[in-house]
Amino acid sequence: MPSSEQLAQLILSGITQGSIYALIALGFVTIYNVTGVINFSQGEFAVIGAFVAITLSQKVLLWHGQMTASLEWPLPVAALIGVAAAVLIGVLLYRLGIQPSRNASPLSQIVVTIGASIALRGLVLLAWGTDPYRLTPFTEGPPFDLMGAILTRQSVWVMGLTVVFVVSLFLFFKYTLIGKALRASSANPGAARLMGINPQWMGLIAFALSAGLSALAGIVVAPVTFMTFDRGLMLSLKGFVAMIMGGLTDPVGAVVGGLILGVVESLAAGLISSGYRDAFTFAILVVVLLVRLGGFIKGRKGEALERAGL
Amino acid sequence: MLKVDGISTFYGHIRALNHVSLDVNDGEIVTLIGANGAGKTTLLNTISGMLHPKNGDVVFDSKKISRMRAEQIVRLGMSHVPERRQVFGSLTVLENLTLGAYCRVSRDGWKAIYQDIEKVFGLFAILEKRKEQLAGTLSGGEQQMLAVARGLMAKPKLMLLDEPSLGLAPLIVQEIFRIITELRKSGTTILLVEQNARAALRVADRGYVLENGHVVMSGKAAELTADEQLQKAYLGGRSNGKG
Repeated sequence: MPSSEQLAQLILSGITQGSIYALIALGFVTIYNVTGVINFSQGEFAVIGAFVAITLSQKVLLWHGQMTASLEWPLPVAALIGVAAAVLIGVLLYRLGIQPSRNASPLSQIVVTIGASIALRGLVLLAWGTDPYRLTPFTEGPPFDLMGAILTRQSVWVMGLTVVFVVSLFLFFKYTLIGKALRASSANPGAARLMGINPQWMGLIAFALSAGLSALAGIVVAPVTFMTFDRGLMLSLKGFVAMIMGGLTDPVGAVVGGLILGVVESLAAGLISSGYRDAFTFAILVVVLLVRLGGFIKGRKGEALERAGL
Repeated sequence: MLKVDGISTFYGHIRALNHVSLDVNDGEIVTLIGANGAGKTTLLNTISGMLHPKNGDVVFDSKKISRMRAEQIVRLGMSHVPERRQVFGSLTVLENLTLGAYCRVSRDGWKAIYQDIEKVFGLFAILEKRKEQLAGTLSGGEQQMLAVARGLMAKPKLMLLDEPSLGLAPLIVQEIFRIITELRKSGTTILLVEQNARAALRVADRGYVLENGHVVMSGKAAELTADEQLQKAYLGGRSNGKG
């Protein structure tokens, strides 16, 4: 039987990891609600954001050691540029991949995003190689003690910043004109056009926003876990599972789904075996898909999933 | 103000509109009547840019708009209140109204828009009571009023109203038609699509009758009301002259 300290520890690290899934799931939901596309390059944005921030803020070997970057810019600047890089790639993906295929089926567009994620992973591999990188923690200092569990300072950063990002996003959707236009566009795209809301412009904003959000997630988690070129795939899949758990279209559900997923994974890894971490995630996916097509939060049945062609 | 000149619109290979022409002059209420599937909604959608005609032109305020997209056309001062209301159900009444003025924010500024929201509340008192409520929770009649109010928020010169009385109780239908007459008094030009031909002809100056994508009849509202054939087909065949 695990001790209560051990449980607390597992739950805490689960929430830390789950925060990242929550942010990535929010990106999924934002893009899905506005454009109807499930964007499987969501995780690559996190990887790119993190790698760019790492490269600008610490010494890194690039292009198989042919180039050394030692700019050592302050972290906030590096992080901002990392986010900007991801946003730029998100915008390019929309303009070059999604917008031209807007009359194709949602499934074809999903394939476009999978293709983009493979291409982006390849580019990251070329530039940064297979080595794992770790960002220096945002603040130095001893970890905190919480009910016998150890809480690192970076975990506090992760949770705190996740709260800040999520709250800002909700305020953005609730109170700004663009936010309202995005919601209108997802509620009724045709009527939104009659108001003068350009759906392509909304799609572009959704991609930019989601890419930025994922990049932030990647950057805050990079000091906790090592970043490697191929982490995007898993991050995408976990974010996707969290999104489905939340009912596909519900941003609150996505956040809750992400946190639950993180905790379940952490408990599975800690109490059973770390080898089962991912197995549990996908077991959850299968169960949710089979049993509650509407997601955990609301009783809505599979309508949303049908719309996605799933 | 609006000139539709020989447009034909297709859904794939199916021709929904066949060489349709009509005019709407400044300050008029013009109604389009016809059975289900006659092409009335297709015509409105083609005018507002949701669909594009294969041939023919739509000219609005002496600008050719048949190749423009809906989100551009609304900026020229044409507001389309679509069939079945199409309010943003997951947004509040106030948010719906704000988005109605989406195309004006950069031009007129927020102050003017808030003033217009107050004006719209003057016309639709019920919406003020419901302003923080989600539009999806309103009754059908309230949603229709919201749809018209949202359309007004664009400050249109021309309003396209698609079946505003559809599925509403008689009392509310009356209310809707009262509002339409009030809009005309305030100088808005209206192109009204209705299945309730009798009521539509009562408020309109002129009318066009659409059948299978053709205009089969047009004229002054009073002439159309008096027309025997039309009475048989659309006005329930009663010819007691009272309407």
